[in-house]
Amino acid sequence: MRNKLSWLAAPYVLWMALVVIVPIFLVIFYAFTTANSVELAEMEGGLRGLFSMFTLENFARMGTYTVIFTRSFQLALVATVICFLIGYPLAYVMSREGPGFQRTAMVLLMLPMWVNFLLRTYAWMSILENNGILNNFFEAIGLFSLINAVFGTDIQYFHMIRTQGAVVLGMVYNYLPFMVLPIYSVIVKLDHSLLEAARDLGASTAGVFRKVIFPLSLPGVLSGVTMVFVPSVSTFAISRMMGGNNQMLLGNLIENQFLGGAYNPHLGSAIALVMMIIVVACMWIMNRFGEGEERAVML
Amino acid sequence: MRKTRRAGSRAFMGLVFLFLYAPILLLIIFSFNAGGSNVVWEGFSLRWYQELFQDQRMMNAVYTTLLVSVLATAISTVVGTLTSVGLYGMKKRWREPILSVNNIPVMNADIVTGVSLCIFFVAVIAGWNDLVVDGWNGFVTFLEENFRRTLPRMPELKMGFLTLLLAHLSFDIPYVILNVLPKLRQMDNSLVDAAQDLGCTWPQAFRKVIVPEIKPGIVTGALIAFTMSIDDFVISYFTAGSTSTLSIEIYSMVRRRVSPELNAVSTLLFVVVLALLIIINVREARQEKRASLPLDGR
Amino acid sequence: MKKITALTLACVMALGLFLSGCAMEDPQSTGGSGAPDSSNSSGTGEKRELNVCSWGEYIDPSLEQKFEEATGIEVNYTTVPSNEELYAQLELGGVDYDVIVPSDYMIARLIEEDRLQPLDYSLIPNYEKIDDQYKNLSFDPNNEYTVPYTWGTLGIIYNTTMVEEPITSWEVMFSDQYAGNVMLIDNSRDAFGMALYCLGYDVNTTNEDEIRQAYELVADAKARGVYAGQGMDEVFQIMEQGNLAIATYYAGDFLTMHEANPDLAFVIPEEGSNWFVDAMCILKDAENVEEAHEWINFIASTESNLANMDFIWYASPNAEALEQYPAWYEEQYGEPLDMELYEIMAAPSEVLDRCTMYENLPAETLALYNDLWIELGI
Repeated sequence: MRNKLSWLAAPYVLWMALVVIVPIFLVIFYAFTTANSVELAEMEGGLRGLFSMFTLENFARMGTYTVIFTRSFQLALVATVICFLIGYPLAYVMSREGPGFQRTAMVLLMLPMWVNFLLRTYAWMSILENNGILNNFFEAIGLFSLINAVFGTDIQYFHMIRTQGAVVLGMVYNYLPFMVLPIYSVIVKLDHSLLEAARDLGASTAGVFRKVIFPLSLPGVLSGVTMVFVPSVSTFAISRMMGGNNQMLLGNLIENQFLGGAYNPHLGSAIALVMMIIVVACMWIMNRFGEGEERAVML
Repeated sequence: MRKTRRAGSRAFMGLVFLFLYAPILLLIIFSFNAGGSNVVWEGFSLRWYQELFQDQRMMNAVYTTLLVSVLATAISTVVGTLTSVGLYGMKKRWREPILSVNNIPVMNADIVTGVSLCIFFVAVIAGWNDLVVDGWNGFVTFLEENFRRTLPRMPELKMGFLTLLLAHLSFDIPYVILNVLPKLRQMDNSLVDAAQDLGCTWPQAFRKVIVPEIKPGIVTGALIAFTMSIDDFVISYFTAGSTSTLSIEIYSMVRRRVSPELNAVSTLLFVVVLALLIIINVREARQEKRASLPLDGR
Repeated sequence: MKKITALTLACVMALGLFLSGCAMEDPQSTGGSGAPDSSNSSGTGEKRELNVCSWGEYIDPSLEQKFEEATGIEVNYTTVPSNEELYAQLELGGVDYDVIVPSDYMIARLIEEDRLQPLDYSLIPNYEKIDDQYKNLSFDPNNEYTVPYTWGTLGIIYNTTMVEEPITSWEVMFSDQYAGNVMLIDNSRDAFGMALYCLGYDVNTTNEDEIRQAYELVADAKARGVYAGQGMDEVFQIMEQGNLAIATYYAGDFLTMHEANPDLAFVIPEEGSNWFVDAMCILKDAENVEEAHEWINFIASTESNLANMDFIWYASPNAEALEQYPAWYEEQYGEPLDMELYEIMAAPSEVLDRCTMYENLPAETLALYNDLWIELGI
């Protein structure tokens, strides 16, 4: 009986082939061609034209963008680490509370996602501006005159917006819930008898956490890390808004090739492809590493 | 000792939530600002709410956003549920690879999904316009010139609402499947068999037995899909053509000057969602209480 | 490129798209009757549409409504931040604008690439009101493709409370004096243009060495941290709220900012600057050609130009409107127009003499601009 049902999935399989697989192959196709090579191939025609169409030119140009690759991965890594450092304790602390409290906390955590992320980021811009809310507040409480009096400087504001720090802040702010949710859902489902057993066997609280809770929550951490790192490394709106367009990231570079001034979708596709390959490689290594840990715990 | 630790952990939570809510609070407060600034308070007024409802462009964007989200959610819930049932009936050998492809739109960076769909739509539209539309219109011209008969001409396709909707479907359906399939697996297989033994036809069994069993999964899936659609910016940005959603409108404004109308929109949306979530949660809490009284809910 | 992938894809997608046939209704009036008269719209019962693409805050929105009321044509108005981004959209495809309003050098490029269609000036009687000064310019020497929309100048906007003395030279954009307080304009032509002016070179130079020197000037300043950020229309918010001291932008937009923050001042540096004309054109593959002509004629009228000028503060090429504006302003607001502001909007000839227009550059120079611009962005 059950097997007869499988035809129900057939339309979706067809759909996926069209809007998931074909577009990815198109990106790959674009990445290995250039506007020129395609034009030449069309002129030449035939099998020879087909072969001469493909080129590694886009990848050869990639070297120029090493700085942007490094910067993107660096900032995304920092943002992920900070998210982890805030998110893990938060998830842990939340899971210790009563069910009613937990439910409310969960709702509170999800709720900000319903305010458009661009608007929330924009609110941060007006908080951090040179003439923004935070600086105005510092001025009102006389912080700047105090600093200037003590250090003999001439500060009128703290330079916060349009820095890499601001970009990281934007990433942490936007993606923190993505770190907390998976970790929390793993911790909350932990088998309490396991913890009790550990305690009965003489483990201290810290010991229980280090030897039992943390290793068992690793799957949650891994998916949290993925869910923060991937959007961070590829964002273009946050870096544009918080970084003043001075801190170009991979996302900006790609966007620039499609809808921006640089217009070169072939190069844009190649960059997107390389980015994804690096991300997937990172995730794969991390998962391997995580699995190893888990197995070690089981033994 | 215990108490101080508890107080400490609550204080930590409070700080994190303050961090999460400070900008939102700011938006809400300044939506009532009489002046146009997001920094200087110039007195209370409802001016921006008024202007919001008169701003045709903005209302259009809100309308498009809601329409595309509702349509995408409705379609993806139906398609996703049916597909899940199909996948459930499938051999593992087939199901596993399909599920991993299904995961791609969920795991992939938005910008990559966005540009790949952008290239895809552009190519399809160009092909469609070059072949089908031109061919058809040529045929119509031929008819007109030689037989004095006419047929409606076909307009050229372009990126717009349709591509936007297709793009939203491409990332909404996977979320529905990811939420429905596990519920199907949890379901007791013999239930369906029993229903059929008792004379139910397949559609009946589906409606009366399966759907009630997996309903929580369907609801969660639909909710997540709707949230993803409403909140999406990147994928819409690359596939909407000259159509504008709220996110796209905001992005183009952020690059210019943000009208406090946007504070008003987000305040309204926020309040509506808050109210909905409170209602849902109160109801759920009540149901749980009721369910926990007799033996066991499950 | 498109053809190869398109051919295969179109066949596969044909069925799918037929199912969602909603995109296919609404056949076009192919203009057999061709009557330019705007009052016949309701006769056929077909919905008439027009797709316009222009810059942000670059039209008085009430004009759209007036046009819709007068003609029954629905205007879909889209904005794009810069010439380069407009070009990207056209090149990528998938948009179907009828009327676009690019700047001079981009128009030249679009004409060269055969993307515009010649206008039927008999349908645009208001074209006569355009001052001869803005006709037959280098980008459209025989006046076949364009009707000027606005003109203006590029200059330095600064906050008088944040600088020590009035600014007169482009040098301030590259010196350490206000490092960290300067905003760099976010398009290659203007950014390298100001460096070329500063170095005393021709802004339309094709000499690679000179362009590279200009690049070095900007890149060096950027490396020294002179620029707090770079952007186009972000500048409104930043300058209005006094977050940065100096930016390069357009005269009309300065006047908008000045309304919100009177501390701002505008100067066209002594080394000279760019004066530009933005003009309306119809794309070659436009579908609503008739409607597009109606729109262009409507916008070119004196009343529209007055309303637009008042709203966006860019000078009108319509001689009548430009002349009448001070009197019109006084009538409208009951106070005389500040002539100093008027002269910033419509730069007098002694200032314009210092200014040059951008010309379209040969492909290899454009490629050089592009490469250098990307290098700068890194």
